[in-house]
Amino acid sequence: MSPKSTRKGHYLERDRSWHPEALTPNYKSSIYRSPSSKLISFPTTLSEETGPVFGHDILGSLDSDLIHNYARQGQAAIGSRIIIHGRLLDEFERPVPGALIEVWQANSGGRYRHKNETYLAALDPNFSGCGRTITDENGDYEFITIMPGPYPWPNGPNEWRPAHIHFSVFGNAFAQRLITQMYFEGDPLIQKCPIVATLNSLTAVKRLTGFLDMERTIPMDSLAYKFDITIRGKQQTVFENKPEGL
Amino acid sequence: MAIVKDEFKESPSQTAGPYVHIGCAPNFTGIKKIYSSDLGSAMKTGPVKGEQITIEGTIFDGTGAPLKDAMLEIWQADSDGLYNSPQETRGICDPNFTGWGRCAVNLNTGLFRFNTVKPGQTPAPNGTLQAPHISVWIVARGINVGLQTRAYFSDEKEHNSSDPILNQIGDSKRIKTLLAIRQKKGVYSFNIHLQGHNETVFFDI
Ligand SMILES: [Fe+3]
Repeated sequence: MSPKSTRKGHYLERDRSWHPEALTPNYKSSIYRSPSSKLISFPTTLSEETGPVFGHDILGSLDSDLIHNYARQGQAAIGSRIIIHGRLLDEFERPVPGALIEVWQANSGGRYRHKNETYLAALDPNFSGCGRTITDENGDYEFITIMPGPYPWPNGPNEWRPAHIHFSVFGNAFAQRLITQMYFEGDPLIQKCPIVATLNSLTAVKRLTGFLDMERTIPMDSLAYKFDITIRGKQQTVFENKPEGL
Repeated sequence: MAIVKDEFKESPSQTAGPYVHIGCAPNFTGIKKIYSSDLGSAMKTGPVKGEQITIEGTIFDGTGAPLKDAMLEIWQADSDGLYNSPQETRGICDPNFTGWGRCAVNLNTGLFRFNTVKPGQTPAPNGTLQAPHISVWIVARGINVGLQTRAYFSDEKEHNSSDPILNQIGDSKRIKTLLAIRQKKGVYSFNIHLQGHNETVFFDI
């Protein structure tokens, strides 16, 4: 059998020192939800190297426009209008086209539209916080939404999440499955957050920061933030550098 | 192995939190105006080949309490061992079987259920065959990196005994945590334990 990361089709192993540990006691929910045994490792098989395909035909015209996809006719979600955009790459810097990106977020007051949500901030009747898109042929994606508000949560006596958008990314293979969060450049709550602090380095925090992108702003309309995402790389041949999935 | 510079590494994971449904299963949490149905809620799009099965279970935390905010995704081959994926080169998968399912656990009970088919055998890298299995991925509040595990079948003793991954685990008590237990024809139960003496085996794949 050839070594793990050189067989064609294998996925590079996850760098577990780069991702958060399972047990991060300052984020209290992890205490009873973190497996304590060592993960069992094996080279990816076809079961991990394959995955479903999501066609652009599943998308409705407003799926990536959170300002309007839940709003009543002629109305819009309340909040600062923003564009979130970026490119999805793999670890070999190949753009990943055809990937499903799903997002969810609180409204501008920091409240989620969810059965279990109890925060007293008002619901916006025109905003659900749900959106999705599929990366284009260059691996690019874009959402139109409103700036989410920070919100308090019961991890400690006075804990607040920085403004963030949750991202779920589905590339070409089950091995690439990833859920993460995007934070906003300059938010002073980032450095106080126990969930951000599950990350092991400032570099990792930076990788989850969306940066103000004046070039993509629309004057008199929307600010823009750029957030590039990387998913696990598939070993092809050493010098190959084609977009994945093409 | 190949060294990947920090700026090109996989984006680091963060917990899905308790409200993953808003983005991944909005209809489930009452957001009904946006998508006609939740993705992955049906794995069969027509009549399918093979044995129809349901797999149901609960995810337990270290105190023995069921997780009520979790979401699972499964991925598997069809009854002939073929994947519904462009990377499948050995044949054509059953066109009515997607192979991919997504299920949010019941918000009150923590129960999950998948209606699927029993998968066939799939190739192992060393040229042999893997026992029939379903790949499982779990996210929830308190889980910092999505957990990968597998469901094998309690009534596939012969194939299980020659499966290279189960053999790598070795310890029969740990292997047992990966078995979906046959309750009756077509019904399997698969409980997942995040901690404790019967902690489920999780994979780094
Ligand atoms: Fe959140």
